[in-house]
Amino acid sequence: MECTDGLHLSRRGVLAGGVASVAVAAAPAAEARLASAAPPAMMPVSLEVNGRHHDLRLDPRTTLLDTLRDHLQLTGTKKGCDHGQCGACTVIVNGHRINSCLSLAVQHDRDRITTIEGLGTPDRLHPMQAAFVRHDGFQCGYCTPGQICSAVAVLDEIKAGIPSHVSHDLATPMRPTNTELRERMSGNICRCGAYSNIAEAITEVAGAAA
Amino acid sequence: MKFDTPAGPNPIDRMKVVGQPHDRVDGPLKVTGTAPYAYERHAVAPGALYGFILGAAIAKGRIAAIDTRRADAAPGVKAVVSYLNAGPLGKGGKNTAKLLAGPEVDHYHQAVAIVVADTFEQARAAARLIDVDYVRGSGAFDLAAAAPTAPLTGGSSKEGSAAPKLDRVGDFESAFAAAPVTLDATYTTPDEAHAMMEPFATIAAWDGDRLTVWTSNQMINWAHEDLAKTLGFAPDKLRVDSPFIGGGFGGKLFLRADAVMAALGAKAAGRPVKVAMTRPMMFNNATHRPATIQRIRLGAERSGKLTAIAHEATSGDLPGGSPETATSQTKLLYAAPNRLIGQRLAVLDLPEGNAMRAPGEASGLMALEIAMDEMAEKLGLDPVEFRIVNDTQVDPEKPGRQFSQRQLVRCLREGAERFGWRARDAQPGRRRDGDTLIGLGVATAFRNNINMKSGARVRLGGDGVVTVETDMTDIGTGSYTVIAQTAAEMMGVGLDRVVVRLGDSDFPTSSGSGGQWGGNSSTSGVYAACVKLREAVAQRLGLDPAACDFADGEVRSGGRGVALTSAARDGELVADDTMTYGTLGKQYQQSTFGAHFVEVGVDAYTGEIRVRRMLAVCAAGRILNPKTARSQVIGAMTMGVGGALMEELVVDTRFGFFVNHDLAGYEVPVHADIPHQEVVFLDEADDKVSPMKAKGVGELGLCGVGAAVANAAYNATGVRIRDYPLTLDKHLDRLPEVGAMRRA
Repeated sequence: MECTDGLHLSRRGVLAGGVASVAVAAAPAAEARLASAAPPAMMPVSLEVNGRHHDLRLDPRTTLLDTLRDHLQLTGTKKGCDHGQCGACTVIVNGHRINSCLSLAVQHDRDRITTIEGLGTPDRLHPMQAAFVRHDGFQCGYCTPGQICSAVAVLDEIKAGIPSHVSHDLATPMRPTNTELRERMSGNICRCGAYSNIAEAITEVAGAAA
Repeated sequence: MKFDTPAGPNPIDRMKVVGQPHDRVDGPLKVTGTAPYAYERHAVAPGALYGFILGAAIAKGRIAAIDTRRADAAPGVKAVVSYLNAGPLGKGGKNTAKLLAGPEVDHYHQAVAIVVADTFEQARAAARLIDVDYVRGSGAFDLAAAAPTAPLTGGSSKEGSAAPKLDRVGDFESAFAAAPVTLDATYTTPDEAHAMMEPFATIAAWDGDRLTVWTSNQMINWAHEDLAKTLGFAPDKLRVDSPFIGGGFGGKLFLRADAVMAALGAKAAGRPVKVAMTRPMMFNNATHRPATIQRIRLGAERSGKLTAIAHEATSGDLPGGSPETATSQTKLLYAAPNRLIGQRLAVLDLPEGNAMRAPGEASGLMALEIAMDEMAEKLGLDPVEFRIVNDTQVDPEKPGRQFSQRQLVRCLREGAERFGWRARDAQPGRRRDGDTLIGLGVATAFRNNINMKSGARVRLGGDGVVTVETDMTDIGTGSYTVIAQTAAEMMGVGLDRVVVRLGDSDFPTSSGSGGQWGGNSSTSGVYAACVKLREAVAQRLGLDPAACDFADGEVRSGGRGVALTSAARDGELVADDTMTYGTLGKQYQQSTFGAHFVEVGVDAYTGEIRVRRMLAVCAAGRILNPKTARSQVIGAMTMGVGGALMEELVVDTRFGFFVNHDLAGYEVPVHADIPHQEVVFLDEADDKVSPMKAKGVGELGLCGVGAAVANAAYNATGVRIRDYPLTLDKHLDRLPEVGAMRRA
């Protein structure tokens, strides 16, 4: 993959590069050549995180998650699996929640990103954060930022009428029922098992917002 | 302070702060992502390098050669450490397998090397360039194959639960042969993973010959001891710090490879190093709850009185390991004059088996409590009544020894009432809701209470703030909060006047978090330190400590009130103490009790089991904070649903490793799997246990849940599954005819 400064990679380009990397990884000789070559060219990327603009130059292998945690020191976003299997890294990108471990930072040039730090602070909690405290919707706290980012986005999804696997009636307005919330939150694992309390926290916020 | 006589009245009894459902004091930090977990402590080691651990690709054998030249030459690499250049290493006293392989490999994904580089991406890429030549050896990986020749082996989970290799009371064989109603059944539980959300992670920094690790560990003192032992240097040159821990469940009780490899990497690179283990490596690198095969025999009179109980369990572990003590609770739970307990341990070359939440009882009750359900049916008794008939108020093996407090019967009765148990149809497979078969199940919860020595330091500052320092950890259990509540109650101040600092090995040694001992033990240590601080305050104010009442920010004596703050006006007051225990735990059996009630729905077409309702009624002494204690119990109930319906580390018996080693393959419950959960705590205070009069509750909540789910599934379908987890393939071909159901 050749990159020059200022080049904005298309998603297709990144995907092609990704496939090529897998291929060389399977071939030790080619991999050795790749590894002993010069360090990978750094790529520029601009991100707007929690309303603040950042111009970064990154190793193109850097995930959005590691960019947030290691380069911007926004460690509220957690790494639980790095495989899109646990949801601890959930952030809101351009209004939609994603697993930030599953996307490279360079895919997000000029994107608007909201992390847990952008929702509220200990002294000024977002209503969802306050509800999680009140309902004890967490224990160890490690999945919590992802749960909260997801929960905020879920209520927006329901408001926007986006259906889920358990939405039976698409003709009437979507409602934040317990079943809908639990289905939509199921990408966020909480091994401490605070689910029952999380559902109550989200329900309270949904009720207040309705 | 030594606790050796039952507690009399004390300041905790006021329960103005203790016993109240306060929000977690660390809540605002956790919900805003500002609580710093191990890997996130940028400030303590700026410019730390990144470490990436390579795991062994074989389960058993040896490393013939390691060639790190390509990795050494890769961009950004600062050091590569393997057994070849790590220097001599010891093994932690609580580790069964050593944490760095070489030349022998003891299990799959045992750490082989660490690559240290400028960036995470560079370290990860270079780790793939290490060439390791392995010589694969033969190993034993199949518990079922090894079980028939496994020797009798007693053991302790090191976390409270223990079982002898063989224990006999009366004459089991004769009584069983003579019993008019008998059950002889075998149950299996699979290997399970802790799967805590925060991976093992450590930042290590050397300063000359001194080392600091910022890590994620439940037992600071154990980690401290074992890391010093592993690296072969004096413990006083080591500091371990773990203020926030993203879950543990026993997986972080012990020193693990992240801390050792970070320390070795940092030494080799001459700079601080941060390491987080990748999720796919955690399952085979670290410990797990071992699988069990359990044979249970019950003999009863027609009235339902048990006359004979036998429980024999087999598990496996690496050489030098210990058994999963699944028979532990059977020593104490039900009355019967003739008893037999046997514990066998096979040598297996799978990753290390060790404590996971409620080791022993969690697996043991999954089997025993199905057996009780089966026996109740054979006797034509209601499962709740059958358990009540066989309750005991004394240790069945030593009838002179009483339980300090035992309200199992009340848990069962109150639970049955609240849950609507009467609606249960004793004949299975008859209740339906559309295409769903409905079933109700019950199981007893039982887990011993353990007291651990625990120390704390308490400071009263000139500003009136009470600061508690102890190396206790909060793994999500609520330690910060219950410790703050204890100090506030003892010193007569509001929660907002208390600061709690945890997890630092420079603080007094605590009980740590394990074996559900943490809440009661650590707060008892804080109680002891606060008693000393109260004495110091009274002395400073010229008052008689015995006559002082600490309330509302004042010290009151003889109708006179003095502001607490005034005692520290001329300088901070500091008190330090450790709570130790006498023999009350031997005199009285100290245990916690509960009853789990579960309703499931089973899809008549697919056999899929869904949990619809759950209730736990717990009797566990004084509840220090009903909000955080309830969370412990609902979390444990959730883990119990996982154990019942989905959790299983699948063993590749040819190559000797857990195949499903990530969070997609190892399934744990998600939101959609868990309904609203109810928890009731009986109003108790156990004066034989500690001045807090509290007992553990975090593991109790898990004990019995799996069996309650399994019994509910049986009640729904009429198909008994004795092998966990209850996946649909295990009953699909035996479910009631859908056509027949439609007609009904």
